[in-house]
Amino acid sequence: AVTRKRVLGPYDTSEPLTSYQSITTYNNFYEFGLGKDDPSQNAGSLRTRPWTVRIDGEVRKPQTVDIDTLQGWFPLEDRVYRMRCVEAWSMVIPWMGFPLAALMRRVEPTSKAKYVKFTALLDPKQMPGQRSRVLDWPYTEGLRLDEALHPLAFLAVGIDGKILPNQNGAPLRLVVPWKYGFKNIKSIVRISLVSEMPKTTWALAAPDEYGFYANVNPAVDHPRWSQATERRIGEVARRRTLPFNGYAESVAGLYKGMDLRRNF
Amino acid sequence: MRNRAARHSLSWLPPAVYVGAVLPAAVLAFDAFSGLLGADPIKRATHQTGQLAIVLLLLSLGCTPLRLLTGWTWPARVRKALGLTAFFYALLHFGIYLFDQNVMLLSVGEDIAKRPFITVGFLSLVLLLPLAWTSTPQSVRRLGFAGWTRLHRLVYVSAALAALHYWWGVKQDRTMPTLLALGLLLLFAVRFVLRPRKKQATPPASLS
Repeated sequence: AVTRKRVLGPYDTSEPLTSYQSITTYNNFYEFGLGKDDPSQNAGSLRTRPWTVRIDGEVRKPQTVDIDTLQGWFPLEDRVYRMRCVEAWSMVIPWMGFPLAALMRRVEPTSKAKYVKFTALLDPKQMPGQRSRVLDWPYTEGLRLDEALHPLAFLAVGIDGKILPNQNGAPLRLVVPWKYGFKNIKSIVRISLVSEMPKTTWALAAPDEYGFYANVNPAVDHPRWSQATERRIGEVARRRTLPFNGYAESVAGLYKGMDLRRNF
Repeated sequence: MRNRAARHSLSWLPPAVYVGAVLPAAVLAFDAFSGLLGADPIKRATHQTGQLAIVLLLLSLGCTPLRLLTGWTWPARVRKALGLTAFFYALLHFGIYLFDQNVMLLSVGEDIAKRPFITVGFLSLVLLLPLAWTSTPQSVRRLGFAGWTRLHRLVYVSAALAALHYWWGVKQDRTMPTLLALGLLLLFAVRFVLRPRKKQATPPASLS
């Protein structure tokens, strides 16, 4: 169980945490299998040290950096965020990591940088799920640069003050709490600043069902199921889903003037 | 008579099928009360009852082709048990869905009308209702064998809709829905090939 006491910061939710057991055994990480308990059973084959992250594209300081060096650049913070899966379940997770914006500022995007493209590890030996063509590997995700610079956007290296378990995307994963969980790409090996909107894995797999933005939106249903409600893992009754997963006050401004039905 | 003896000796078979088919529901209930269904027990229970319903429905559809192919008579004797337990799981599946929606009937009605995935699943269940209702020997007599048979052809429509419902329901991995759809197609094909033909008055001359 989660026991550490902490003072809640301005970005933290005070809602009760999901059990550490559920956070670490109920995962979507298709690189290790399609079942929710597959990642916790199969991710032992992932070697997270040594691990390097390539940062390139439209930046003044392109580089390949060791994960331990990278996380040593920034003071590690705790962030208690809601996580809303596109499958209509949700959790409250105490992440540990640093703001994505801090990394962005350090590598200095050029004026041509408009989007950030994230790429996960491609290695069917370590990630047995990649032997199946269920998705187009490697997993890729992206954010608009202004989204990436938003203080809520976070790179996690741990949960509850402990190093990330492999099944949760070790050693480095994205956390953007106002978007559906599939945006939170795991086991990142490359971060590229680009000028064009990157093609992302789920948007390629089913473009009518998953968009680039993937902002949590109870008013826009998935074509096959409703997004109006969700089940918080550990609870029986469903609860109403909030626009931008409850972070509307701080992120809605990013999408002013956009038709969120079309840009889903 | 050998036939009667065989029939008698297999009298345990239908009850055994009922027990065997209902057993997973008992295990599911036990797991639910012991907290063994994982982080999202309701979703797990929904999936398991749905899968059991469609698998049992497929097995019930396999009985007649198996009898026609092999000449065995026992498949015909378990068909009703398989069909009724399939209906039982379909009802359970729908019941859990209703419970999951907090029985907000408005949203359920909207779900059924608006989402093809839910619509076909619901239709599949509705089509099973008259079949379960008329599963007694008295109904066969009342409807006449031909009428009863015609009515029970609805099971094909129900199974096809259930397979479509399953296909639409999964996020990405379509292995199980594909296997089930292929199984269903195979059964259709066997039925088509082995369908009873009108007796020909005289065999073609070339064969005689």
